[in-house]
Amino acid sequence: MSGESLGIVETRIVTVFDRDDPLRMRSGATLAPVEVAYETYGELNSDATNAVYICHALTGDAHAAGFHEGDTRPGWWDNMIGPGRPIDTDRWFVVASNILGGCRGTTGPSSLNPATGEPYALDFPLLDMADFVEVHRALARRLGIRSFAAVVGGSLGGMQVLQWALSHPAEMGRALIFAASSRLTAQNIAFSAVGRQAIMRDSGFSEGKFLTRGTSPSKGLSVARMMAHITYLSEEAFQEKFGRSAQGGELSPNFGIDFAVESYLEHQGQRFLSRFDPLSYLYLTRVMDYFDPFADPHVIDALAADPVRFLVVSFDTDWRFSTEHSRRIVRHLEGSRVPTSFREIHSPWGHDSFLLEIDDYHATVRAFLDRAAEELA
Amino acid sequence: MTERFRADLAIIADLIPEGSRVLDLGCGNGDLLRLLSEKGCTGTGVDVDPSNVLACLRHGVNVIDLDLDTQLGEFGDDSYDFVVLSRTLQTVYKPRRVLSEMGRIAVHSLVSMPNFAHWRNRLRLLRGRMPMSKDLPFEWYDTPNLHHSSIPDLEPLFASLDMVIDRRIPLDADGHRHRAGNIGANLLASSVLFMLHAARP
Repeated sequence: MSGESLGIVETRIVTVFDRDDPLRMRSGATLAPVEVAYETYGELNSDATNAVYICHALTGDAHAAGFHEGDTRPGWWDNMIGPGRPIDTDRWFVVASNILGGCRGTTGPSSLNPATGEPYALDFPLLDMADFVEVHRALARRLGIRSFAAVVGGSLGGMQVLQWALSHPAEMGRALIFAASSRLTAQNIAFSAVGRQAIMRDSGFSEGKFLTRGTSPSKGLSVARMMAHITYLSEEAFQEKFGRSAQGGELSPNFGIDFAVESYLEHQGQRFLSRFDPLSYLYLTRVMDYFDPFADPHVIDALAADPVRFLVVSFDTDWRFSTEHSRRIVRHLEGSRVPTSFREIHSPWGHDSFLLEIDDYHATVRAFLDRAAEELA
Repeated sequence: MTERFRADLAIIADLIPEGSRVLDLGCGNGDLLRLLSEKGCTGTGVDVDPSNVLACLRHGVNVIDLDLDTQLGEFGDDSYDFVVLSRTLQTVYKPRRVLSEMGRIAVHSLVSMPNFAHWRNRLRLLRGRMPMSKDLPFEWYDTPNLHHSSIPDLEPLFASLDMVIDRRIPLDADGHRHRAGNIGANLLASSVLFMLHAARP
């Protein structure tokens, strides 16, 4: 792996909206307080021009790189971010935060509703991609950053990057969007719907009030995760990792976990329970379902007038957000004369490729950001 | 200023008016678009070769990875002022289809192609060997070139697509304008550059 890890980092929490200055949401609702969990890596330069914002995907968090004290696993994008890495922290000041509605330190549906003293649960307002962006912007203001040299994200993260660039193009020089979509297909929504149904039909869901009733839809959440995980890998990746091999050395037909792939999914589902909240899963997946910025023919006007340089990347075996999703984004941007580059990367690993260290992919990000650094200098 | 670049790219750049929006199909390392940006042009390159895509990104040239034969439909009608296809027409499967897409994407286009009927190539053929030259440097079994054409063989193809020839510039083996100009071009020119416009109904 090129470069090195950041070493020990920590997540901080800051209040970005409060009762006197609540978050005004796309739906018209207001929300306060809003706390944000974030991490930063590298040094902000004196004129605050070297900042890079990282937007995470559905189940990510603020811990993008480096290690938390005592942990053996680094942040989720440690191969991408660090000294000498493609997003080089010797050069860039990197900000990563947990999104609104998440469950990793930022205010979400499991946070306490100040009006009742109990968790919001389903009283939490429905979210929009633009609401994520408003919270990112509020954090940026707190950190004294008016404009980012680049805003970067994969999957749901890339959708936030697109929304941000469309609504506030002056706030970034470059936008990097990996394995993302500007509009989910019926199949995407179908998978998302079944995941939510698994959670909501679990008797432990208790109409969303499980936190106060002492129950938990953990069976539903783990099934949702198991199913989603199938969509994150390609058929080839599953075949290569597991084939038809038996978990216990040889197959012994029964309805339990016999094939290695079943054991893997079970493990993914169980592990997810300790770090993810069922309510956040409902809220965040629903934002993706409704995201369709180009449905508004004027959505690109501001960006076309104040262009951001885009890099859009897809992976050839990604069937969750296939290359066609990325090409659609490119058609809209390039068709509006927004400076846009696009590359499809060959990878056997499917949608998850954007999280992996793939030479061609990392070289592409590095080339684009090296140029950005050169223009800044 | 332009010495850094291939000679024929400088000729192409000179033919494109300042401030034009240019689509460069088979853009290589992005040299032409960099040269054009010096005269206020903007645009996009298209290439599928990984090292070319990286070179473009590193030099700040917008580049889109797509297949010329099947994916030019990604570009809108009249979305550019000029489309350039430099030394690439002979490498696509369906030259006719690519040219017709070019005429849809922009009114003006610049197309260059090696001249198979150059006298050196004719001599090699007379000696019983397949042509090889600076413009056709590949062994027959290891070449990206799928089609070979002489200059008079190219011109009816343009006509059949309602692409009108505005300029025909014969080039020597180094990509400079041939000293003889259009005299005996099909014998003397190593390659040829056409400036075309699409005749729209």
